[in-house]
Amino acid sequence: MELLIRNGYVYDPLTGVNGDKMDIAIKDGKIVEKIDEAKARKIDASGMIVMPGGVDIHSHVAGSEVNTGRLIRPEDHFKDFEPKTAKTRSGVGHSVPSTFTTGYRYARMGYTTVMNPSMPPLEAKHTHEELSDTPMVDKATYPLLGDWWFSLEYLRNGDLEELARHIAWMMNCTKGYAIKIVNPGGLEAWGRGSNVHSLDDQVPNFRITPREIIRGLCKVNKLLNLPHTIHVHTNNLGMPGNYATAIETMQCVEDLASENKPAIHITHCQFCAFKGEDWRTFESGAEEIANYVNCRSHVTLDMGQVVFSDTTTMTADGPFQYDLYRLTGHKWANHDVETETTSGIVPFRYRRKNYVHATQWTIGLELALLVRDPWKIFLTTDHPNAGPFTSYPRIIAWLMSRKAREATMKRIHKRAANRCLLPSIDRELDFSEIAIVTRAGQAKTLGLKNKGHLGVGADADVAIYDVNPNTTDPSRKYKTVRKAFKHAAYTVKGGQIVVKDGEILKHVEGNTMWLDVQTNEPAEINKEMKSKFRDYWTVEYENYPVSEHYLAISQPITVKANV
Amino acid sequence: MIVMRPLREFRFPVTADCVTPDIFENKTCKEIEELKVWEGNKQKRLGDLFKIEESDSEKANITIYGDVSKIRRIGSCMKQGEIAIQGNVGTHVGEEMRGGKITVYGNVGGWAGSMMKNGTIEIHGNTSDYLGAPYRGSTQGMRGGRIIVHGNVGSEAGTCMRKGLIKIYGDAGQFVGFHMIDGTIYVEKNCEERAGACMLGGKVIIGGSVESVLPTFTIDSIKPKAKIEEDETANGPFYVFLGDIAEEGNGKLYVHKEKNPHLSQFERFL
Repeated sequence: MELLIRNGYVYDPLTGVNGDKMDIAIKDGKIVEKIDEAKARKIDASGMIVMPGGVDIHSHVAGSEVNTGRLIRPEDHFKDFEPKTAKTRSGVGHSVPSTFTTGYRYARMGYTTVMNPSMPPLEAKHTHEELSDTPMVDKATYPLLGDWWFSLEYLRNGDLEELARHIAWMMNCTKGYAIKIVNPGGLEAWGRGSNVHSLDDQVPNFRITPREIIRGLCKVNKLLNLPHTIHVHTNNLGMPGNYATAIETMQCVEDLASENKPAIHITHCQFCAFKGEDWRTFESGAEEIANYVNCRSHVTLDMGQVVFSDTTTMTADGPFQYDLYRLTGHKWANHDVETETTSGIVPFRYRRKNYVHATQWTIGLELALLVRDPWKIFLTTDHPNAGPFTSYPRIIAWLMSRKAREATMKRIHKRAANRCLLPSIDRELDFSEIAIVTRAGQAKTLGLKNKGHLGVGADADVAIYDVNPNTTDPSRKYKTVRKAFKHAAYTVKGGQIVVKDGEILKHVEGNTMWLDVQTNEPAEINKEMKSKFRDYWTVEYENYPVSEHYLAISQPITVKANV
Repeated sequence: MIVMRPLREFRFPVTADCVTPDIFENKTCKEIEELKVWEGNKQKRLGDLFKIEESDSEKANITIYGDVSKIRRIGSCMKQGEIAIQGNVGTHVGEEMRGGKITVYGNVGGWAGSMMKNGTIEIHGNTSDYLGAPYRGSTQGMRGGRIIVHGNVGSEAGTCMRKGLIKIYGDAGQFVGFHMIDGTIYVEKNCEERAGACMLGGKVIIGGSVESVLPTFTIDSIKPKAKIEEDETANGPFYVFLGDIAEEGNGKLYVHKEKNPHLSQFERFL
């Protein structure tokens, strides 16, 4: 099928197009130079913004913890439901929507690629089953490898090459995309009822420190030539004073960066930019983190922006979730995933009038505005931890308009509003920078070559928003911008028009991307390893890998490793 | 004043959240008949299910005669006015009610007064489980208002209650005041087990007998009477228990001393 998008104001930062009026030609699901205009279907995008389809680097949309979240929160489904239509399936859920609804809601906002950030390898089959049922978007998932016993053992023995081969095997086994590290060492400690509180604490039983885990896996990441960096959820997440830990985490891999390429991605950075001794003296550490990041090129961040709403927190960070339960007294779930990781779920409500929550809201925005280079920080809410992904348009409005920020600031806790740095920041992002933080930057950091841009050969994932950059001043008319980003005028996925005026036109399946890492010699799956499966896992070695037929549409990405 | 009579016996549950004085206000009988309700999975007109007429002899804004035990969500979100139901009624009566009054001269299904914020519900028959409790999984319980039951009540009355008053002049089932945060529950007669489980605050007064008090409650004192509301007190003497300690709660559980001689063993801890 051929498609021509005419006369739109194109924002495509990766190819250097900044609001120029031009046509985009699409043929067979790819962007092409030219097509036969007479035959092609045309979209008139005059007076509209054309951007590459949105990319979300970190959003918990599938897997066992999301499903447990769904199970323990019937009240979350009660008031937010979508009936079946001729084109779409029904679904429920506000903070943890069902899989189909997740896909539809992303497509309505013009997003076409979503990364599911935490998958215990043991739950890989479940995660892929849910991902296969998430339509409209291409997706990938990151296996949790920071507290995997094999990782810890090989790191302790200093055998990085063998670890690299094992991780290559693991990527293939779990059909994963990047190395996710959550609270390195802390999760293993949590299996024994404790936690680690600094980068140099010992992990019980393994005589290894979080610093060694992060550095080791960062080196492995490089050995394997993985497209994304290590994806790190820092130690001490959600504790006052943890901004120092976050900076230390970034510092510990500073020397491993090469050619100005990022070496580490600190995810939902808002949660690890807390200053203060305790909750009373709690304040923002965003300035310190931004100052550090502004002078370095080896780090990328994502925001984890808090939105005031009722949501469900879920991470693989079991000890943090336990502390959150102690804080809220709400219902909770916590789980130790055998030899791999932990997880926890606690429903949570962010309130405007709560000092800590209001300060958290300012931290996310301060980070995004104080980090000068938009290629280093991306828009996320760590869905659903800080807010559901459906609130992205609201965050875009906050980033683009000082007036929008002030309007919210009037309604938050007074002391938080008085103490924060946010009112003194004048910066307002323009459409091009929004295109970077919501798609181009994320695609670049993820190493997705065909996503996040509209150059020739790219996947034909396009979002068209009904807002005219020449006549609309986003700074003053932030509500218009918010509305436009909430309901895309058109979303094109793989060359097909799937959304028009915020309505789903067509149900399409997305690809599941995974890394086929090819090492020079295969990982040594010896008898000892198989016997360990028998001793420590509830799943036999033979049943452990996810075979390719599990994925609805499999899209392997071949990576040539250096080992 | 509107009078409604069911035209037939209902086989499927009917969701009739349009039956409130706020929606009926300034509408003629013809317009009311056109309101939409769901019967099972089919959408129907209210006029298909009820005979609707105006009457000057009735005091309440809406009076329903007959058995409507399949009808759900009557008086949902109502803000003012009065509904009188002469017969049995289904679940979710007065859900999220904000004001006004509902009187039922019959038995009531589950979730009566669920998540209500203000107003009064008076029930002259028995009610089923989850009286004044929130939707499943939610902790946003009753925020205010009064529920008065002259008959018996099922399990989990007043779950997650935050404010308001529930008066039960009959027996109550298990888990009265489960996870309640504030407010008052008065049970005149007997109570099944686990009264006040997980309570964080508020007051549960049991005027009849109760088989046992949860081990996570400690005895505090013996009081001659317990205050139910401004001008109403229950005469004791009462054992006063504090709990639920397992949740670090500070709720008060009043249990009648004379009707529970088996609890006298607690007196040695005083």
